[in-house]
Amino acid sequence: MRRIVPIGPYHPLQEEPEFFKLIVEGEKVVDLEINIGYNHRGHEFISQTLTWDQVSFLVERICGICSDSHPYAYVLAVEDIVHITAPPRAQYIRTIIGELERIHSHYLWLGLAGHFIGYNTVWMWVWRYREPLLDLFELIMGNRNHYAINKIGGARRDILPEDYPKIEKYLDLLEKKNTMFTNAILDDPVIRARLENVGVLTKEDAIAYAVTGPTARGSGYACDVRKDDPYDAYDKVDWNMVVFPEGDVLAKAKVRLIECHESIKIVRQCLKDMPDGPIETRVDEIPPGEGIGRHEAPRGEVFHYVRSDGSNMPVRHKVRAPSYMNIASNVVAVRGYSIADAALVLAAVDPCYCCTERTFVYENGKKKYSGQDLLRLSWKKTEDIKRRYKK
Amino acid sequence: MGNAKLWGLKKSPWVFHLAAAPCNNCDIEILDLIAPRWDVERFGIVLIGSPRHADALLVTGVINRKTLPRVLRVYEQTPKPCLVIAIGACACSPNIFTPSYNVVGPYDKHMPVDVYIPGCPPKPETMIMGIIKALKRL
Ligand code: SF4
Repeated sequence: MRRIVPIGPYHPLQEEPEFFKLIVEGEKVVDLEINIGYNHRGHEFISQTLTWDQVSFLVERICGICSDSHPYAYVLAVEDIVHITAPPRAQYIRTIIGELERIHSHYLWLGLAGHFIGYNTVWMWVWRYREPLLDLFELIMGNRNHYAINKIGGARRDILPEDYPKIEKYLDLLEKKNTMFTNAILDDPVIRARLENVGVLTKEDAIAYAVTGPTARGSGYACDVRKDDPYDAYDKVDWNMVVFPEGDVLAKAKVRLIECHESIKIVRQCLKDMPDGPIETRVDEIPPGEGIGRHEAPRGEVFHYVRSDGSNMPVRHKVRAPSYMNIASNVVAVRGYSIADAALVLAAVDPCYCCTERTFVYENGKKKYSGQDLLRLSWKKTEDIKRRYKK
Repeated sequence: MGNAKLWGLKKSPWVFHLAAAPCNNCDIEILDLIAPRWDVERFGIVLIGSPRHADALLVTGVINRKTLPRVLRVYEQTPKPCLVIAIGACACSPNIFTPSYNVVGPYDKHMPVDVYIPGCPPKPETMIMGIIKALKRL
């Protein structure tokens, strides 16, 4: 018999308001209906009422977790209209902050994924090592989140040479801890049993749903704006794209963990090679025209389109966030799995409703739980698995 | 104020996190409060899953047309007296989102707010300070 399990819009396991209807048959999820749009604040409209420089602060507030990605793509788009590039030092600074943000975002996901499978130890540990990174942001840019490093034509703040050792020191700590997390998570039979072969998104589906970022790379589809269309310092440093073919939640976790290693590598090289010089090119006027900017955010490709009529405000600003495509793919990824797995599968794309809903959203869905029931199911299942693995 | 519930509230306030339309950062910083560095559970402040058990609401984000009825329902379900703590610039006033067609104003237009904690996002220390100030006033 089909039953509907509603989740949201205010639910203990969600931070953001969103509403899901899980259609279940017994414990199996047969379908998913998504109703989002609770977070719509009209950014694209507000953008047209602000001046060029103010917009970068506005787009930063689209999403707090990718608060470097949106301004990054926006300034690239405006620089595309003006036909300038940032000075080399500014490019390196932006790349460093972009990569540090990736680490912070992936850690956040890892912690929450631990929380979703009822493994709060993972959450607490991972978030503990995320803290020093936020301190680093505060040191460099003056705020723990919403760092406002991107400016049309360059970077707003410089990374002082006396701060390099602090960054290096943190990277050393992080490298050790990241290896520890990778080993701990991949060796843990309970985590493996919960993540392996769960929520499989095949490569065909990944392409059909046009997913991006770690969701695509975890399904064997290699796409990464940093490699495909390098900008700033990404083509001047040596790094690898991380791709795993399995498509399950474990593969997505592996992609993120190993990507953190790659990010550490990129930041190290950037710090080493960072040229001296100015950090911004002065831009006095934005000529009429249109520009696009793409940045590989932690969740996938962020795309901004801006049109100028030569005045001091954009006349059109369009934002496309990666979660918009990623969330839709959950409908296929979640079908056929149990309710207990659903929460995790839905979270596996690292959904960000703030990004997605800043514009109109009509459908798509993911995530499901039935609160206590779900927790109980998940505990029971964990117990079963433990028993099975002990034998 | 000054009844038994308020007296009890001082000791171990259970808080419910109510996000209207935030950018997520205030919410993440609230979760940071329970993470090891700040660990407010030491003081008996527990993040709970239902507004019906809550002594205080931590509200974040601006309210938009779609969330307004839901936010009011959550507020109605919270047993009174309860504290409403507005976290972040968005919850104190819509600031940058003022021109938007979908934003229906800050929390204090729709419900009584006890403490305002400005900042975008406020640092976890500031949030702790705000909650303590609210408790001291009781
Ligand atoms: S106050 Fe700032 S950090 Fe908090 S929800 Fe609003 S924009 Fe985000």
